[in-house]
Amino acid sequence: MSIEVRNIHKRFGNFTALNDISLNFESGQLVALLGPSGCGKTTLLRIIAGLEQADSGIVTLEGEDASVSSVRERQVGFVFQHYALFKHMTVFDNVAFGMRMKPRAQRPSKQQIKDKVHELLNLVQLDWLADRYPSQLSGGQRQRIALARALAVEPRVLLLDEPFGALDAKVRKELRRWLRKLHDELHITSIFVTHDQEEALEVADKVVLMDHGHVEQVGTPEEVYNHPATPFVYSFLGSVNLFHGRVEEEGLRVGADAVPHTQDNFTEGSEVFAFVRPHELRIVTDTGYTQGVAAKVVRVLSFGVSARVELDGLDREKDQHFEVELTQAQVAELALIPGQHVRLVPSRLKLFDRPGYVSADAVSNSGSKQSSTGARA
Amino acid sequence: MISRTSHRSTRFERNLATREAPWVKWTLLTLSLSFFALFLILPLVSVFFEALRKGWEVYLLSITEETALAAIKLTVLIAFISVPLNLVFGVAAAWLIAKHDFRGKQLLTTFIDLPFSVSPVIVGLMYMLVFGANGWFGAWLVEHDLKVIFAVPGIVLATIFVTFPFVARELIPLMQAQGRDEEEAAVVLGANGWQTFWYVTLPNVKWGLLYGVILSNARAMGEFGAVSVVSGKIRGQTNTMPLHVEILYNEYNFAAAFAVASLLALLALVTLVIKTWVEHRASSHFNATHMVPADVNTLSPRVMP
Repeated sequence: MSIEVRNIHKRFGNFTALNDISLNFESGQLVALLGPSGCGKTTLLRIIAGLEQADSGIVTLEGEDASVSSVRERQVGFVFQHYALFKHMTVFDNVAFGMRMKPRAQRPSKQQIKDKVHELLNLVQLDWLADRYPSQLSGGQRQRIALARALAVEPRVLLLDEPFGALDAKVRKELRRWLRKLHDELHITSIFVTHDQEEALEVADKVVLMDHGHVEQVGTPEEVYNHPATPFVYSFLGSVNLFHGRVEEEGLRVGADAVPHTQDNFTEGSEVFAFVRPHELRIVTDTGYTQGVAAKVVRVLSFGVSARVELDGLDREKDQHFEVELTQAQVAELALIPGQHVRLVPSRLKLFDRPGYVSADAVSNSGSKQSSTGARA
Repeated sequence: MISRTSHRSTRFERNLATREAPWVKWTLLTLSLSFFALFLILPLVSVFFEALRKGWEVYLLSITEETALAAIKLTVLIAFISVPLNLVFGVAAAWLIAKHDFRGKQLLTTFIDLPFSVSPVIVGLMYMLVFGANGWFGAWLVEHDLKVIFAVPGIVLATIFVTFPFVARELIPLMQAQGRDEEEAAVVLGANGWQTFWYVTLPNVKWGLLYGVILSNARAMGEFGAVSVVSGKIRGQTNTMPLHVEILYNEYNFAAAFAVASLLALLALVTLVIKTWVEHRASSHFNATHMVPADVNTLSPRVMP
């Protein structure tokens, strides 16, 4: 079932949780709402479910305006972060709950309910736990039961609120692979909320990035990772090194240093943010080298497949930190020692305007100023 | 409140670093136990001693005598009416306060505590002012031949007022601690309000509810102050057990007074036994529902935006 939300606004007191959100969720897709805590993603999910009322704006489920229908009429499946299983009921009764609550005319027979519950428990591979109570299950098992319970009412859409948030890292990884597999079998339109970018990129067909109550970017995992639309998206998806600089003829001027850069769609003199992923920085130990940003090695972390080098900027006032990812072989070759002065040369830079920051040069050099936001790299 | 600390205190005791010196422990124990014996156990024992001082026959006669039986019947009747009513009011108020947001919630919470903060005698006088012969509705009541003050309805009203907070007070923190997650899950699964309450909310608070009812019942049967003002103490008609005890005592009929008092004391003991049993059941229920397998990380309550 397709879901559309249009111009959703929601405030809690003075806090704007959602500011004019309009999104379209296509039928059969698994979409992640991704963002830091407090960005409004859970509120949006609860508004779609009907557990929360938007101040203005509409939610349409399959073209029908759902704003007036109650939670019960929306036929959504909802999975809570802390499972919200009924503590005093067995696993079987938990899963059967939705069917037993139906009006007598629509209620399946006892045998039908029993068959359906076992079918669902088999689907989540926990049929052997039917007689247990939720307190006797592990976190991962509880969440799978919660999912079976949500599916029991044959929802038109499945909403998951940080479904793996309360689980430890290993179980979480297992469960998200399992969720993806389940979705591929069932093809039910699903939206899940997460603050974990890895989880979102790994599981979802489409990722909606949110920050401070508005949507930053919508796209496939590849799109948002490789072509981030805003500085927020770039820095939220993976670690990042940030330089404040100005575009010059030769490249980018960062403080006293010059960084080679060939992108030419920024006018000379524009003030920009420059982002570099840790693996896109090269460390040059040659003291005679004049290009790139000067930095000092702080720590070398060489465990795992790749090694990480932590560095500080030389300009003490700016208090800048950098992170470089290298292969073990490269680290061995460089033989870095803490305190050593090196230069960092980016192989790929992503530039964004610094909104609200217009240098005197920029105004005099370019007659017509370009729009102040958005990526043009 | 339901005790959940025994396990923790045992561990605390066993740990050398957190253990107090033995003399601290024994001094505190001696102090509290002797106080307990002197001011609680001794008076209780003396009630039964005095009641039976003149032998079983006098004892049985004093509690089967006509006015005593009437007092017992009236007390049971009062509890029988006021406890179920308070059960309904208390559950409704607690459900409203713990699971819903509305304007004036704080005010309602404060009002629930009102009966605890007002002296029972004042409560009785309040009812006199409203329903008494010279009160606001006095004339109207007389006109319609209705009797509230110096009759059973007045005693019921006063008792309900005094015992109102017990059920609600017991349930509100319990319901608040449980949050709304399970109710929301039920609603999303298609349950209506009544089903949600009956199948989800109520089973989760049943032990707390029983506890509140027991306390409410004990107080309803033992209430003196408010009832003594509105009852009029008409022997055989509006005399409850506590009032009957007072009257007998004032008439220097000590054996009979203590005999009836011993019934109230027995009621208190029975209440204590049931209460302990409920606490025990509730805490084992609590442990069962909160027994966390080793491979699960601790849950933190979700913070609502």
